[in-house]
Amino acid sequence: MSNKILLDSKKIEIILSRLVYQLIENHKNFENTVLLGLQPRGVFLINKILEIFKRDHSKLKIKSGILDYTFFRDDFRRSEKTLSASSSKIDFSIENKNVVLVDDVLFTGRSIKAAMSSIDTYGRPKSIELLVLIDRRFKREIPIQANYCGAKIDTFKGDRVKVVWGDKLKDNVIYIES
Amino acid sequence: MDKLSVNHLLGIKSLSKSDINLIFKTASHFKEVINRPIKKVPTLRDITIANLFFENSTRTKISFELAEKRLGADIINFTSSSSSVKKGESLIDTVNNILAMKVDMIVLRHPNPGSSFLLSQHTDSCIVNAGDGSHEHPTQALLDSFSLYENLEDLKGKNILIVGDILHSRVALSNIYVLNLLGANVKLSCPLSLLPKDIEKLNLSVETDIVKALKWCDAVNVLRVQRERMIKSYFPNDREYSMLFGLDINKLNKIKKDILILHPGPINRGVEITSDIVDSNNSIILDQVENGVAIRMAIIYLLASKMNFSINQ
Repeated sequence: MSNKILLDSKKIEIILSRLVYQLIENHKNFENTVLLGLQPRGVFLINKILEIFKRDHSKLKIKSGILDYTFFRDDFRRSEKTLSASSSKIDFSIENKNVVLVDDVLFTGRSIKAAMSSIDTYGRPKSIELLVLIDRRFKREIPIQANYCGAKIDTFKGDRVKVVWGDKLKDNVIYIES
Repeated sequence: MDKLSVNHLLGIKSLSKSDINLIFKTASHFKEVINRPIKKVPTLRDITIANLFFENSTRTKISFELAEKRLGADIINFTSSSSSVKKGESLIDTVNNILAMKVDMIVLRHPNPGSSFLLSQHTDSCIVNAGDGSHEHPTQALLDSFSLYENLEDLKGKNILIVGDILHSRVALSNIYVLNLLGANVKLSCPLSLLPKDIEKLNLSVETDIVKALKWCDAVNVLRVQRERMIKSYFPNDREYSMLFGLDINKLNKIKKDILILHPGPINRGVEITSDIVDSNNSIILDQVENGVAIRMAIIYLLASKMNFSINQ
C-alpha cells in the first residue's frame, strides 16, 4: 500500500480561500443562504470554511448546520453492517432557503442523493448547491455534479482518497492510498 | 459495537449493556428526526410489520404504529377480538398465516408470559415483544431508562425507586433488568402483598416506608395497580393504598428535594399518583411518551438492519 500526497496544507488553504470567494460571488451577503456540512467528513470541511469566513470576511453572518443522511441511504440491509447514524443539527428553517451542501469527497454521488432527499424533511429549499473539496471524476454512479469544486482527480478502482484535518489550517493534507 | 447482539427483542434479559447504549444512541437520532417539520424517513420502505395485539393497549399500540410509519414501513394491525382467534385458531397458526403474506416483523402483545419467545422458536420472522403477560415489557423499560438517561446522563450510581404493583407489572421486571445493566441502584416500594417472591435476588432493596424511599431516590417510577390481573384482593381498598403508597404533594414536601417523576401509563389519578404531581415540573411522563416513539423506531431500525435484503434474480 502506498500513499501519494495530492494536496499539501498550503494548496488546501489556497483552494479553501478560493471556494469561499466563489460562494461570496454567488450568495453576496448570505441573507437567504445556509451551509450544511454532511456527516461525518463534511463537518470538518465546513468548520474549516467557517474559520476562513470568520478570519477573512468577518462581516458576513453565515448560517450553518450539520446534516446526517443515514436514514435516507439506498444501501440499508445491503451489508452485514448496521448503518450507524450521526447527529443532525439544523436550528433554522430550510423552507425557501438557498442550501449549499458541503462534503469533502464526491465519489459515487449516492451520499449526495441521500442528503438531498434528507433535506426535504426540514422544508422545501429554494435551491440546492454542492461544494466539495475533491471530485473523483469518472467514478459517478448517478448524475450528480458539484457547483463548487476544490480539485478534480482521476483515481483507479480501489484507491482511497484520505483528507486529514489538523488542528490548524497548516496541518491539513490530502493523499491518495493505493 | 455497531449492531445488536440479538435478532429479536424478547426481553431486556437477552440484551447486553452495549445493545442498550446502541439503542439509546440510535433513539436520540430518531428523536431529532421526529422533531423535524416532516417526521418521516424512507428507511424501512421495503419492510412489512404486523402488530399483533392479543391484549388491550392504547399508547404502546399507537407508539409502535407511529414508529413504524415514521420509518416508512408498511403495517398491518391485528386485534384478537375481531379475528379467527375467537374461532379457536392457535397463536402459532395465526402468525404463520400472517407471515405467509410476506410479513417481515411481528410486534406481539399477549397475555401469556413467554409468548414472544414461543413465537420466535416457531416462526422465521423477527419478533418484538410489546408486553407478554406479567413477564417483560422491554420497549417500555428502554423508553423509561432513556428518559432517565436524558435527564440524569449516566445512570451508574443513580438511585431509582419503583413504586406500585410490582407483582403484576411486566414494566417493573424489565425496568429492573435495564437499571441493573446500566449500574443504577434500584429500590422497590409497595405493599408486601404486591412484591414477587425472591425479587430481592435481582440486586435491589425493598422499603415499605415510601417517604424514606423517596428521600433516597433521584427518580421515581410510579406503576399502576393492575386490577385486571388480580385474582384476589391484595390490599383493603384504593383509599388505603393511596394513603400509604400513592404519590402526593404531602409526601414530596417531606423529602425537601427535587426528584424526577415517571409513570408508564395509563394513570389512575388519585390512586397511585395525584393530578398535581402528574402535571408538575418534575414530571417527565409526557417525555416518556415522546421517547417511546424514538426508542421503538431505534429498535425496529436496528432489528431490520439485521435482516439482509434479498432479491430473487
